[in-house]
Amino acid sequence: MKILVCISHVPDTTSKINFVNNDTEFDTNGVQYVINPNDEFGLTRAIVLKEQTGAQVTVVNVGGTDAEATLRKALAIGADEAIRINANPTDGLFVAKQLANVVKEGGYDLIIAGTESIDYNGGMVPGMLAGLLGYNFVNACIGLEVSGNEATTVREIDGGKETATASLPLIVAGKKGLVEEKDLRIPNMRGIMTARTKALNLVEPTGDANATSSVKFEKPAAKSAVKLVNADNLDELISLLHNEAKVI
Amino acid sequence: MSVLIYTESNEGKFKKAAFEIASYAKKVADSLGTTVTAVTINASENAALANYGVSKVLKVSNDKLNTFSAKAYADVIKQAAEKEGAKVVILESTTDSLHIAPLVAVNLNAGFASNVIELPVSTAPFQVKRNAFSNKAFNITEIATDVKVLGISKNSFGLIENATSLTEEDFAPALSDADFGVKVTNSEKTTGKVTIADAEIVVSAGRGMKGPENWGMIEELASILGAATACSKPVSDIGWRPHSEHVGQTGKPVAANLYIAVGISGAIQHIAGINSSKVKVVINSDAEAPFFKVADYGVVGDAFDVVPKLIEKLKAFKAANA
Repeated sequence: MKILVCISHVPDTTSKINFVNNDTEFDTNGVQYVINPNDEFGLTRAIVLKEQTGAQVTVVNVGGTDAEATLRKALAIGADEAIRINANPTDGLFVAKQLANVVKEGGYDLIIAGTESIDYNGGMVPGMLAGLLGYNFVNACIGLEVSGNEATTVREIDGGKETATASLPLIVAGKKGLVEEKDLRIPNMRGIMTARTKALNLVEPTGDANATSSVKFEKPAAKSAVKLVNADNLDELISLLHNEAKVI
Repeated sequence: MSVLIYTESNEGKFKKAAFEIASYAKKVADSLGTTVTAVTINASENAALANYGVSKVLKVSNDKLNTFSAKAYADVIKQAAEKEGAKVVILESTTDSLHIAPLVAVNLNAGFASNVIELPVSTAPFQVKRNAFSNKAFNITEIATDVKVLGISKNSFGLIENATSLTEEDFAPALSDADFGVKVTNSEKTTGKVTIADAEIVVSAGRGMKGPENWGMIEELASILGAATACSKPVSDIGWRPHSEHVGQTGKPVAANLYIAVGISGAIQHIAGINSSKVKVVINSDAEAPFFKVADYGVVGDAFDVVPKLIEKLKAFKAANA
């Protein structure tokens, strides 16, 4: 089985979110980049499947040279090889089209991505990839087992969960639950050393036009200070929620 | 060339989010000089859409669609959009609609903007404002394609009543076997409890509760408010509460009208997941807890003292305002 794990290269959660060039670009100054948290669960699941079935795991990113450090980290965690598609990922449909080319070229059976990235929060690339390829697709996936050519998936639904079966090839957009947080793999020294010699292949993008573009960013208005209510005067809290906020 | 919406139904019934996108779509249609058509799948209360500005319903009745299939649903919406010549297609932000929307966009070769929180900034060029960076910023996104697909963030727009005369039309799109490649074998849904996705109010608690045996007061507070219960990540990680209650960046997102956090310090990953809630109340014994910085109202105090008192006060309030 050949598994492709799609990795977004995103600012660490604790990053300060600022914009430059008249608020048209994210300010990368001093920002630490990481593997997108939702993708980390998928990557670890792929490594576990590799250990169980002997699958081959490739990681792919659409991004600039700075994303290579993130791909090396994925290799250190246990992926066999990496692909970087050399383009600035600003539009979901464009990114999905680039990934579709890689999937067709490589003949992958299982494609795992994160449900959404924590920077653009688009939540669209895995579904678009499935649409472009005509493959089966499970979103918000919190459980994945593969046996031969058949996968059993569990997805989150509003107020519960749903189990389904699907044949490969399959695209899964996963999140916490694919593996538990405590089971996430992190790079060890041996992994970091061997990652240096693993292939990181560069692929040039096709000339597809962007379907969407970012015009500019805005930051939320500064929040007014919290109104503190004395613990012995909870009537005031109820009055504020009823009369001022009008939420109860 | 109407504006098409897919109004999701659950056992035939619409939820608030369906009427919210109808309200939104009516405003967009007005500005484009057109009308709103809804496509519904096995819905039983289509007439209710007339209250929110919908002029036409394409009613799909097909037993094969009683079980969710993202591809089949996306295929239905694509065919409805083509039939209506829709240039703008609008979906909700429920789990199922988030699943379907990117497939619809690809089917229509359309640009897609998710998490949209306001009416379009402009319609020519077509620009919308959406949440980005886990609610820490907004992005103005321009969609360049002929057809545009929008996902409207829950609770961001509200309901606007607009009584309209409605025509209902049966619609039977052709579906292929390939639309049903993912076969549902089991579905577990909690019944009789407000879900985090549907809740107007969410009561959430963290490690400050000291142990799972103390959650009775959280459940009671939620029950008085008609709220869903939720928890912080550490609490689900150590097994005090089920993972399905975990809200935050890697858990479920919350976009409630009122979010009450008890004994949660407010780690940045937690805030990222709940920050689109409108009003936030924090109860914490540590006055320095970072959560107070993003809260609207706060009580510095021990949960074991404050919550029982709050329950009694709210009971009296509810009795007086019943």
